[in-house]
Amino acid sequence: MITLASLPTQTYQSSKLRIQRRNQFFSSLIIYSFLTVMAVIIIIPFYWMLNVSFQSSNEVLNSLNVSFFPKVFSPQNYVNTFFYSSASQGNIDFSRYLLNTTIVAVFSTIGGTLFSIFVAYALARLNFKGRDLIFTILLATMMIPGEMLVISNFVTVSRLGWVNANNEGSYLAVIIPFLVSIFHIYLLRQTFKQIPNELYYAAKVDGCSDFKYLWQIMVPMAKSSIITIIILRVLGTWNAYIWQDLVANERYKMITTWLRSSFVDSDATGSGRVLINYQMAATVIVTVPLLLLFLFFRKYIMRGVSRSGIKG
Amino acid sequence: MLDHKRDLKAWLYLAFPLFLMSIFTFYPLIKTLLISVFSEYNPLTDDFGRYFDFYAYLAVFNDRFFIQALSNSMVLVFISVPISTILALLIAVGLNSIKGLQKIFQTIFFLPYVTNALAIGMVFNVMFSHPLISGIAGEGLINTLFQTSIDWVGPTATYDRWMLVVLIYSIWNGLDFKILVFIGGLQSISKQYYDAAKVDGAPKKRVFSKITIPLLSPIISYILVTSFIGAFKSYESVLAVVGTAGRNLDRDRWTAVAYIYDKIGIAGLDLNGISYYSRGAASAVVLFAIIMVFTFFNLYISKRSVHY
Repeated sequence: MITLASLPTQTYQSSKLRIQRRNQFFSSLIIYSFLTVMAVIIIIPFYWMLNVSFQSSNEVLNSLNVSFFPKVFSPQNYVNTFFYSSASQGNIDFSRYLLNTTIVAVFSTIGGTLFSIFVAYALARLNFKGRDLIFTILLATMMIPGEMLVISNFVTVSRLGWVNANNEGSYLAVIIPFLVSIFHIYLLRQTFKQIPNELYYAAKVDGCSDFKYLWQIMVPMAKSSIITIIILRVLGTWNAYIWQDLVANERYKMITTWLRSSFVDSDATGSGRVLINYQMAATVIVTVPLLLLFLFFRKYIMRGVSRSGIKG
Repeated sequence: MLDHKRDLKAWLYLAFPLFLMSIFTFYPLIKTLLISVFSEYNPLTDDFGRYFDFYAYLAVFNDRFFIQALSNSMVLVFISVPISTILALLIAVGLNSIKGLQKIFQTIFFLPYVTNALAIGMVFNVMFSHPLISGIAGEGLINTLFQTSIDWVGPTATYDRWMLVVLIYSIWNGLDFKILVFIGGLQSISKQYYDAAKVDGAPKKRVFSKITIPLLSPIISYILVTSFIGAFKSYESVLAVVGTAGRNLDRDRWTAVAYIYDKIGIAGLDLNGISYYSRGAASAVVLFAIIMVFTFFNLYISKRSVHY
């Protein structure tokens, strides 16, 4: 930028500029070092998880020194972990846990999303007596921690005969209590509210029914919010632990229960010792799908989580 | 007539979700309160019993493990939340001020964000591991790096040590979300303020404390509220780092939520004739009350000091 600076002051200005540049260099050096240190701290657990997961069983059981790289690269850990089953876990392996998780994810996602759409639509678009009252109640309920409801819900599902049921009841116990999420309703209602009223009246004039209007105009326009809700649902199911572990029968438990099971050495020589390489392989198997989901749906996940203040 | 028809249609959309919510949200809310004041509640018959009293609350506050659990949760809240908020703020400001490598750094800092809290907690457990009988297995990463032989997370770990690891994990785990929200907030601050500061030749520290912090204060207050509540409800992360397989967690290491979950499934009365469920319900009500106090205290503070 050329200013009215006259010639005599130019040398003064250039030396000032040099000092400024030097300061700038040092401050960005500090920033980059700080960020790098923090980034390394963030990455270490991920590296360690991979490192241990590829070490041989012999190494994790018998080596006295920790190794920063696997001495014997053992990808077969993953195969062994995949087919690992123990009597205390109902003799089921990873594929069964994955099936259970998928079933719960599918039903809770479809049901939960549909209910969110219906309720959000009624609250955002339809005029009826008691609408504001219902909305206020929902908002107030959003502040209540889930832990407050757990005890009574456990009694309810156990009286329905779903707790530890060796049939589809176990799925119901995991799905039904969490089918309606007030936060998702709230998120979608805010999106629906932004769609102009004129569109609704225009559609009404053209003889479009409320239901048709919802599916053909509202839902496509709120697509990104709905995708966010679907992803939050899937993430929630994938990460759900305590409740499902508490209520589901051992044959109907989900991925996280498998993750928390101890992978014990079955060899006669070293029986009873925990194989942490299998444990870490399990951790990788649970983590990788989440990272993939993150890579593909980054935008939607961030939207949802930055608004909710909760993970998954 | 028309009104009536319209109302009916709206209720059709609402009927089933509201029905489910009444059973699994509204009803249990009131019922938990009731269970907590009927100290002989029987979960098997769903019979509240004859006694309407506050003995369950008394029992909870006389329970050493409940006090321990509450204090564990409080330590987690009051140490991990401030540290991770400050770190996240520094990282976000740093990320916002650099040009090169910004995308790579961002991706790294957001990595923990979608991972399972249990899974990475278990990795921390492995990193801080220590063989119970020396010579039977190697030390973990941390003991090797620092040339120590300390039990950090195992059964013989002292309070300070396991709590330190849990705190480190909570801070590590809490950074991602806070960084994300702070970056969003920083980007919404108008460039004009910074340009004006530049014209006046304000030093960087001054810009940070007089422009960035005040304009970011609503977001800082939002982060504090959500993180305080989140940290106060932590259970899974503690379980993953210092628990053993399954849901087994040493009683001294319980958090408030762990205490509640522990009472579920124990039918019958304890030695003082108080139902375990009533105790669990009473502790849930206490947890709820503390969260409410947090929230309102924060609202009060932010009304006075937050710059909108």
